[in-house]
Amino acid sequence: MTEPVIHGEGVVMTLGEGEARVNALKGVDLAVHTGELTLLMGPSGSGKTTLLSILGCVLTPSSGVITVAGQKTHHLSSEALAAMRRAQIGFVFQSYHLFPTLTAQENVELVLDVRGERGASARKRARDSLAAVGIEHKAAVLPGRLSGGEQQRVAIERALVGNPSIILADEPTAALDSENGHAVMEVLAGVAKERAVMAVTHDPRTLPFADRIVRIEDGKIIGEERPRSE
Amino acid sequence: MIFTLALRNLFHDGIRFVGTLVGIGFAIILVTVQLGLYLGFSRQITGMVDHADADLWVVRKGTTSFEQAATLDGGERQLALAVDGVASVTSLGVSFLEWKKPNGEATTVVIVGTPRTGGLAPWNIVEGTAADLATPDGVIVDQTYLEELGVKGVGDTAQIEGKTVRVAALTKGIRAFTTTPYIFMTTDRARALVGFGNTEATYLLVRVAPGENVEAVKKRLAARLPDTEVVAQDHFSNRSRDYWLFSTGAGFALIAGAILGLIVGTVIVAQTLYASTKDHIDEFATLRAIGATSRYIHKVILCQALISAAVGFSIAALVGVGVVYLTADSVLPIVLTTPLLFALLGLTVAMCVISAMAAIAKVTRIDPAVVFAR
Repeated sequence: MTEPVIHGEGVVMTLGEGEARVNALKGVDLAVHTGELTLLMGPSGSGKTTLLSILGCVLTPSSGVITVAGQKTHHLSSEALAAMRRAQIGFVFQSYHLFPTLTAQENVELVLDVRGERGASARKRARDSLAAVGIEHKAAVLPGRLSGGEQQRVAIERALVGNPSIILADEPTAALDSENGHAVMEVLAGVAKERAVMAVTHDPRTLPFADRIVRIEDGKIIGEERPRSE
Repeated sequence: MIFTLALRNLFHDGIRFVGTLVGIGFAIILVTVQLGLYLGFSRQITGMVDHADADLWVVRKGTTSFEQAATLDGGERQLALAVDGVASVTSLGVSFLEWKKPNGEATTVVIVGTPRTGGLAPWNIVEGTAADLATPDGVIVDQTYLEELGVKGVGDTAQIEGKTVRVAALTKGIRAFTTTPYIFMTTDRARALVGFGNTEATYLLVRVAPGENVEAVKKRLAARLPDTEVVAQDHFSNRSRDYWLFSTGAGFALIAGAILGLIVGTVIVAQTLYASTKDHIDEFATLRAIGATSRYIHKVILCQALISAAVGFSIAALVGVGVVYLTADSVLPIVLTTPLLFALLGLTVAMCVISAMAAIAKVTRIDPAVVFAR
C-alpha cells in the first residue's frame, strides 16, 4: 500500500455551542490512497460531509491531525490551506457550483487562472479537458444551458484540470438520473486509476464502482469493505 | 479571467449595473459641475489680475480684491518710478459707477481705466481693436453683457455719470464673478468719470527691469511707499480669489456640494457592490474552496469597482463636456480643464475602490465550507 494522500487521525469535530452543541465526528481515523475510489457512505447527519470538508482542508477540526501529501495542516494559515487545496485537492460538489456567468470552458480555465496559468496554453488545457469527457462541443455554453450530467462532467474536469493528488466528491450523483449518474461514476472510476478519489454518497448506484467502501454513522467509522478483493 | 469574471458578474445583474452607472454618473456630474463652477468662478475673479501687464501691484492697504479698490493718493507713481529696478509704472483706474441705458434704466458697472497697450488692456477682442479705446467716448464691453447694458453692439451709446460713452469694441469671455460688467476705457476717461485728479489712480502696475529680482524690488517699493501695499501679481490674484470664494462662503458651498456628490456616489456604489457580492457569495466561496487566494478574490471585486468607475466616468465625462459646451458663453461658465478631468477620474476610481471595501470585508469572512452545505 502506498503512502496515503490524505490521512485523518483522531479527527473530532464539535459543532454549535451550549445545548445545541453536537459532536459531528468522534475520533475518526481515515486514510485515502492513490489508485482507489473510496466511497464514504452513511445516513444523513452521520458526519460524512463534515469529514470530507475537514479532509479537504476547508474546515478545521476541533482536534485531530490531518496530513495532506505528507504535510500536516493543523498549523497552517487560511492562505496556506488555500494553497494546499490549490495544489493537491480537486472538489466535485453535489450542486456543481459552476459559475453561471462563465462558459463551460471558462469554468475549467478558472482553476488554472487561480493557479497562475493563463493564456493560450490554459485555454487549450481546458478545452482538452472537456474533450476528455466528450463535451468539447459545449465549451462555449453557459452552465444554465447544460444538462445536469454535462454540468457535473464540467465540474469533474474543473476538479481534474489542475492535476490534483486527490478528488473529493460530495454526493456527485445525487442530482443526476440513472444514466448520467452512471456516466459520472465511470469518469470518477477512471480518474481513480491514477489518483485518489473519495466520494461521499448514499446512492447505492455508486457501489459497483467502489474499490473501497467506508461506512460512517453517528460520527464514527463503523466498518470498511473492499468489494473487489472479495 | 479576473476581468472576465468581474465583467460578467456586473452584466449578469444588468439592472443593478445600470443603477450603479447612473449613481456614479450623477455623482461625478455633480462633482464636475461644482468643481467646474469653482474653476470658472476662480478664473472670473482672477482674470483681470492675471491679464495685467505687471510683476507687482501697488494697492491701497486693506485692498481685498480687484473690485474692492480704494484710491491711491496720487504721488506714488513718481516715487515708484524712482525706485531701483523698476522698469515701468502704469496707472489703473477702477471704480463702481452707474451705467444709464438708452431706455433710461440704470445698472452698476465696474469701469477699468487702462492704457491701450500694456496695463490692463482688454483681451479676446472679437469686434474692433484695443486701439478703439482712443476713439471719442469709446469704451469696450464684453458681448455677454450687451443685454444687461441695454445696447446691441458696436456703435451704440449709453451714459456713465451723465457723460456719453459709445461701445467701440467687443470682447468675449471677460466676465465678472460679481456679475457687474467691466467697462474698459482709457485711464484719462476713467479719471474724468470718477473725478480723479490727473495723477490719481486705483492701482499702479509695476514692471521690474529685466534681470532684477522681483522680491527685492518689491521690498524697495514697500519701503518707498509706506502708506501702500506692494503685492506680487500671483499674490494679489490669490487674495482676490480667496476673498470672493471663501470670505463669502461661495467656495465652501461649491466644495461642500462636490464632497456631497462624492459621498452619495460612494454610498451608491458601495451598496451595489455589496449586494452583488452577497448575490455571488456562493461563487466566491467556491473560488476560495478551489484554492483562490484572498488577494485573487479581492481583485475580482476591485475589478468590478474599476469597471464601474471606468464606464460611469465615461458617461459623466461626456455629459460634463456637454455642460461645459452649453455654458461656455453664459454668465456662469463651467470650466473643465485637462487636470480637472484627470482629477475627476482619480476621484471616481478612489470612490469606487473605497466602495469596494464593504464587499471585500464581506468576502474576507467567507467560510469555504458553505459550498458543501448548498
